[in-house]
Amino acid sequence: MNDFGYSRAASIDEAVALARQPGAMLLAGGTTLVDLSKCDVARPNALVDISRIPGLDEVRLDEDNAAIGALATMSHVAVQAGIRENFPAISESLLLAASAQLRNMATIGGNLMQRTRCVYFRDPAGYSACNKRDPGSGCAALGGIAHDHAVLGASDACIAVYPGDLAVALTALEAVVRTNLREIQIRDFFVEPGDTPQRETVLEPGEMITEIIVPRSPLSANSTYLKVRERKSYEFASASAAVGLAFEADGRTIRDIHVALGGLATKPWRALAVEEALRGKIIDEQAIRDVSRLAVEGAVAQGANAYKIELAPRVVARAILKVGGIQ
Amino acid sequence: MATLRSMELEINGRQHALTLEPRVTLLDALREHLGLTGTKKGCDQGQCGACTVHVDGERVLACLTLAVQAEGRKVTTIEGLAQADGALHPVQAAFVEEDAFQCGYCTPGQIMSAVACIREGHAGSDEEIREYMAGNLCRCGAYPNIVSAVRKAAKEVA
Ligand SMILES: Cc1cc2nc3c(=O)[nH]c(=O)nc-3n(C[C@H](O)[C@H](O)[C@H](O)COP(=O)(O)OP(=O)(O)OC[C@H]3O[C@@H](n4cnc5c(N)ncnc54)[C@H](O)[C@@H]3O)c2cc1C
Ligand code: SF4
Ligand code: FES
Ligand code: FES
Repeated sequence: MNDFGYSRAASIDEAVALARQPGAMLLAGGTTLVDLSKCDVARPNALVDISRIPGLDEVRLDEDNAAIGALATMSHVAVQAGIRENFPAISESLLLAASAQLRNMATIGGNLMQRTRCVYFRDPAGYSACNKRDPGSGCAALGGIAHDHAVLGASDACIAVYPGDLAVALTALEAVVRTNLREIQIRDFFVEPGDTPQRETVLEPGEMITEIIVPRSPLSANSTYLKVRERKSYEFASASAAVGLAFEADGRTIRDIHVALGGLATKPWRALAVEEALRGKIIDEQAIRDVSRLAVEGAVAQGANAYKIELAPRVVARAILKVGGIQ
Repeated sequence: MATLRSMELEINGRQHALTLEPRVTLLDALREHLGLTGTKKGCDQGQCGACTVHVDGERVLACLTLAVQAEGRKVTTIEGLAQADGALHPVQAAFVEEDAFQCGYCTPGQIMSAVACIREGHAGSDEEIREYMAGNLCRCGAYPNIVSAVRKAAKEVA
C-alpha cells in the first residue's frame, strides 16, 4: 500500500482545495478506496477525509424532490420513510447491496464512484495488462475469463462492468448529481470507456459530489429494483433492472416508463428502446416479455458472459410486471 | 518516508495514545499495536466480516477503516462485550449454548455483527437473520447453529 498523508476537511471548500494537490484523493467511507489502496490499484499520496464535513449527511424531502447528502450512509438513506415511500427503487437498490457492515460505512457519493470489480483490474501483481489501471497496457479480460464483464457499452480497450446498484436506480429516476461546481444529469455523469477507460465519470480532479437530487413523481413512487445474482445475498448483480412506471387514469395504459439496467454494461444503462415500445400501450404480459428483449439490443458477448444476454430481458420483464401490478 | 501521526483512540471505554502511519487500518492497530487479537483478519478486503467491530454503536469492518478515521469515536471490540466480572453478553452465551462455531475463527465477527443485528431490529425471523448476517462468512459452515444462536439471543434481549 502506498504511504499516504491524511488530513480531515472541515468544509467543502477546504476539501476541494486539499484534493487539488497532486496525488490527493477524497476519502469518504473508505470501502472502495482503502480496499483498492491495499490492492495497489489506487496509489494516493494524500487522503482528504470528507466524512466529517457537517450538513452533508442528511436526506431532505420537499414537494418536488428528494435531496440526498453525499455523505449520508447507504444504511441511513435506505430506511428513510420518505425514500421508501416515494422512491422504493432507491431503498431497494441500497438494501440489496453489499452487507450491513459495509452499508453502515459507505456513503452515497462514494457509492456512485465505486470502481469495477473486474478481477484483472484488482490484481496488478498478477496481471500487468489493464487499460483502466495503466492506460495503454492492454486488457487482460479480453481473451481471459470474462464471466462478469460487460455485454453493453464495451470498447476494444475495456469491457469492465460498472458494479453499483444505486446508480442504476438513480438512472431510471433521472437524478441529478450536484457538485461543488455544477449540476450534472445522471445520464451525462458516467461515461463509456472508449479509448480512455481510466475516465469513468465527467467529474474533474478535485470536484466533489455534494448532493443527489431525485425528482418526485408518480413514476418514482411506483418504482422497483430487481437484482439477480449468483448468491442469495451479499453479491454483485449478474443482471439487475430498475423500473419506474406511471399509468394513465384508466390504470392500464402506460403513461410513462423508465428502465435502467445494472450488471451488464460499462455504465448504468438506460433501456430507451424498451421504454419507447411501451409508452402509450395497455399493459400486457406477453407484450412486456417480447419488448424486454430490446434491452439487450446491440449486446456483444465475450464468451463466458453470454448468459447475461439471455438473463437480462427476463429480469427487465419481471421488474416491469411487478410495477405494472401483474406479478 | 513514513508519515507518522499521533492519535487517541477510545477502545472498549479506554483511551489509547498511538503514533501510527495514516495507512494503518483499525484492524491492524487493534491487533498489532494494542494486542487486542480478538478481532480477526480473514480476507483483509471487506469480504468476510471476521473483523467486524462497532464504531459509535454501529457494526463496521475494521479492515477497511483506517485507525485515524476512528479518532473521536467509541470503538467496541469482542473484548469489550462481556461485563467486568466476566459474565458473558447474552449473544456470547447463546453462541456457546447453541454450539454456533467449529474452528471459531469467524466467531468474534459473527458475535459483534449479531449484537448489532439484534439491536437494529433485524432478527425477527430466520430469513431476516440470514439476510442481515450475510456479511459474515463462516468457512466451517456453522450457519444453522449461528442462526439458532441469534434467534435465541434476540428473544432473551427483547
Ligand atoms: C465486499 C464488498 C461488496 C460490495 N457489494 C456491493 C454491492 O452489492 N452493490 C453495490 O452497489 N456496491 C457494493 N460494494 C461497493 C460499496 O457500495 C462501495 O465501496 C461504497 O459505496 C463506496 O462508498 P465509500 O463512501 O466507502 O467510498 P470511498 O471508498 O470513500 O470512496 C470511493 C471513491 O469515491 C471518491 N469519492 C468519495 N466521496 C466522494 C464525493 N463526495 N465526491 C467525489 N468523489 C468522492 C473517492 O475519492 C474514491 O475514489 C461492495 C463493496 C465491498 C467491499
Ligand atoms: S476489462 Fe477493463 S478493467 Fe478489466 S482488465 Fe480490461 S481494461 Fe482492465
Ligand atoms: S477481514 Fe475484514 S472483512 Fe474480511
Ligand atoms: S467457525 Fe470456522 S469459520 Fe466459522
